[in-house]
Amino acid sequence: MSRKPERTDGVERKFTKPKYLVHLTLLVAVIVMISPYLWQLATSLKTFEESVQVPPTTIPDDFYFENYSTIFEVIPFASMMGTTIAMTVGRIIGQLVVITLAAYGFARFEFPGKNLIFLVFLSVMMVPDELLIIPQYEIIQSLGWLDTLPALIVPRIFWVFGLFLLRQFFLTLPLEIEEAARIDGAGRFRTFWSVVLPLAKPGMITLAIFSCLFSWKELLWPLIVMSSPDKMPVSVGLATLRGSFFVDYPVLMAGSTLAMLPLILVFIFLQRHFIEGIATTGGKA
Amino acid sequence: MTTETQVTVPRNLSLVTAKGRKRKKRDTLAAIIFIGPMTLGLSIFYLWPLVRTFFLSFTKWGAFGGTEFTGLENYERLINDSDVWQALLVSFGYTGIVLLGIPVAIVMAVLLNQKNLKWLTGYRVLFFLPVVTMPVAAALVWRLLYNGRYGAINYILSWFGIDGPSWLTQPGLALVAIGIVGVWLLLGQQIIILLAGLQGVPRTLLESSAIDGANAVQRFRYVTLPLLTPSIFFVVVITVIGCLQMFDLVFVMLEPGNPALASTKTIVYYFYQVGFVYNDRGYAAAIAFLLMVIIFILTALQFRLQKRWVHYE
Repeated sequence: MSRKPERTDGVERKFTKPKYLVHLTLLVAVIVMISPYLWQLATSLKTFEESVQVPPTTIPDDFYFENYSTIFEVIPFASMMGTTIAMTVGRIIGQLVVITLAAYGFARFEFPGKNLIFLVFLSVMMVPDELLIIPQYEIIQSLGWLDTLPALIVPRIFWVFGLFLLRQFFLTLPLEIEEAARIDGAGRFRTFWSVVLPLAKPGMITLAIFSCLFSWKELLWPLIVMSSPDKMPVSVGLATLRGSFFVDYPVLMAGSTLAMLPLILVFIFLQRHFIEGIATTGGKA
Repeated sequence: MTTETQVTVPRNLSLVTAKGRKRKKRDTLAAIIFIGPMTLGLSIFYLWPLVRTFFLSFTKWGAFGGTEFTGLENYERLINDSDVWQALLVSFGYTGIVLLGIPVAIVMAVLLNQKNLKWLTGYRVLFFLPVVTMPVAAALVWRLLYNGRYGAINYILSWFGIDGPSWLTQPGLALVAIGIVGVWLLLGQQIIILLAGLQGVPRTLLESSAIDGANAVQRFRYVTLPLLTPSIFFVVVITVIGCLQMFDLVFVMLEPGNPALASTKTIVYYFYQVGFVYNDRGYAAAIAFLLMVIIFILTALQFRLQKRWVHYE
């Protein structure tokens, strides 16, 4: 640092000179990345006739917004969106209660068999979902939960990845604060509730973000357990429209846009949390 | 305040043995309350299913419902089922194509890691967008882009006088097309992880090698890349695990009746078909086990091979 003044000039120039090339490359890459969205948006505003025109038009002749209402008539889009939101929120609430408690327990309590239990739990994380789906389906079936919201929410509350994430987080919290609370006479629960929980907020936000991503994108499980169109989440509802009998792309694109939008908006608002979460854990999304 | 702590601390310490046991007991009680719900749920919905799938893989769905023990029959069938191996090949192919995107991610991450880069946040957000996009919706968009007649990709190709193919109806081509979507979907996530890794490369090291006369390419090759290998390794591992389980893109992009579907279904698609379309649960359980074994072996192999190319400080 102290030597910097003599050196910076030459080195800095070496480091910064070809920036316009860097920007050119990045711009091209970014345009490639977002062009599908632009095409999607453009198509969602075309009439059906225009959408099948050869060669295709890039900008719609005139903006045909009706596709955005047609999608609600073709499929029960509103209730599907409701299911996706309810399932996402339901899971997050359940996880924040169940996982936060368990993660804290594993991070701070001493009890017989603790390490063994945690190891068994971790091994679940290594197992691909497909291995569990058939018995999970059987359980949901025997509970009479097929085609209901609990089928989408309950099994996913017990999320090992989330447990691992939050336990790691609790381990990074300084022990001294909790010890001080204990010494001042607060019990385990009191300490947890009024000292630990407020500090755990960043960890819980990361958990909620991952859960939200996972839930919004999920297809296989809801596809298997849900059968009524008006109870399906959007992912399943849109996926079932793929059949060749329905190729009204403007309507499909309107639906896709509406399905993407909420999560993208959440992301733009919580951008920093998303990126930090992925960068530190790799994300299971 | 200070005197109070001075009094409490020693008292606590002196009672460690007598009170310690009592405390441990109370700890166990608290642990049951804290960990109980999770343990119960995990046992019901994850641990028990694991055991149950293993059991199911040795059974057949009986004619009148219920299961019928058939020994190794499902596994014998597995070995002789060319559809399984075909589907595995497709999954490997898809994984291979997505892995080819990692060098692109590395280049992008390095470019984004420039000191004081303008519009960094903007670039990051745009690269990351597919990661927060519902894959089903994205797959529908790409179906349109790939459309042989009025799709955007063939339209662009036509500018160069190329008569583009019908991407999604030809077996080999369909896999490549879907693989490209996979690269697009995962690139942002890979870039973010690599970018975090790059931030750990000490700038002083790069600057001193620059003073020693290394050009940008040499600095990348001999300083940045070796230090980035742990992050690259991590990206490769999670990409392989994720891609081997790909289902949604094939499900959405290749509708039933598509001539390419039969030879482009992935192993998880085949699992879904066997288990939940044909309702052959026992056989599907065996397929799931095969998949798990393959994922385990591949991951273990990567951890073993990492010694050859991953540098840890």
